[in-house]
Amino acid sequence: MPGVELLYWDGCPSHPLALAELQAALDELGRPELEVTLVEIATEQQAAERAFIGSPTVLIGGVDPLPPPAGEPTGLTCRIYRRRDGRYSPTPDPADLREALRRLLPRSAEEA
Amino acid sequence: MSLAIGALAPTFTLADTGGSPTPLHDGDDAATVVVFTCNHCPYALAWHDRLQTVARDYRARGVRTLQINANDGERYPRDSLAAMTARVNAGEFVGPYLHDATQEVARAWGAAVTPDVYVLDGEGRLAYHGAPDADHADESLAAEWLRDALDDVLAMRPVARAETRPQGCSIKWRG
Repeated sequence: MPGVELLYWDGCPSHPLALAELQAALDELGRPELEVTLVEIATEQQAAERAFIGSPTVLIGGVDPLPPPAGEPTGLTCRIYRRRDGRYSPTPDPADLREALRRLLPRSAEEA
Repeated sequence: MSLAIGALAPTFTLADTGGSPTPLHDGDDAATVVVFTCNHCPYALAWHDRLQTVARDYRARGVRTLQINANDGERYPRDSLAAMTARVNAGEFVGPYLHDATQEVARAWGAAVTPDVYVLDGEGRLAYHGAPDADHADESLAAEWLRDALDDVLAMRPVARAETRPQGCSIKWRG
């Protein structure tokens, strides 16, 4: 079963909203049993080790479902997302998140 | 520590992206808006267009708007002077975009996040400090807290909502 992680940096205020939207997306997809593991990134070294380009970052089975442009530097910062209508946002578009989860998660615990 | 409402704001002169020294006060401005912002913060970017619209809307009423980037551009290359210049050249800013390379101005003003919005009255006293409006994600709010503060200052009234909680990315201080 692929784990769901939410990597965050405490200097950016967006992770509570990102966690709520991630859990809502899991509920909507009928996977509320999947636990989200919160992982704090507190140092530049940890950011480099986890290829962390900003807070928040969702990983499904270690894979970033919303991959950033190549060459994005790692570091302790807020991550920039784009909503489907083009607006900048500190959190992923919930529709993008649902689509990514649908793609990367098995449809049920039995399939895992 | 942030400035107190009613306090005289510390003056400064900072270079804009073309290298021109730009003072806080320039003549008899009815009010001055100072925004600590940057290039790489999603909150600053989400509120950016609303803030430019306010700058444009109130310019004819004697309001001067200065936007300042104090982030460490060496650790965060998206906040470098070159990146600031590119945005100015692309027409993204109404008014000067100033570089606080030493971070002394941000420290003196007690700025903590981007965007961090300050309004000074005609005497240079702090009349409003906080966020542009209640929600970075709701463009319809149109930076109403900032607009309300400016309307009060321009009408020579006390600002009804003088302080709100700034929301955004922490300023990236030099190590």
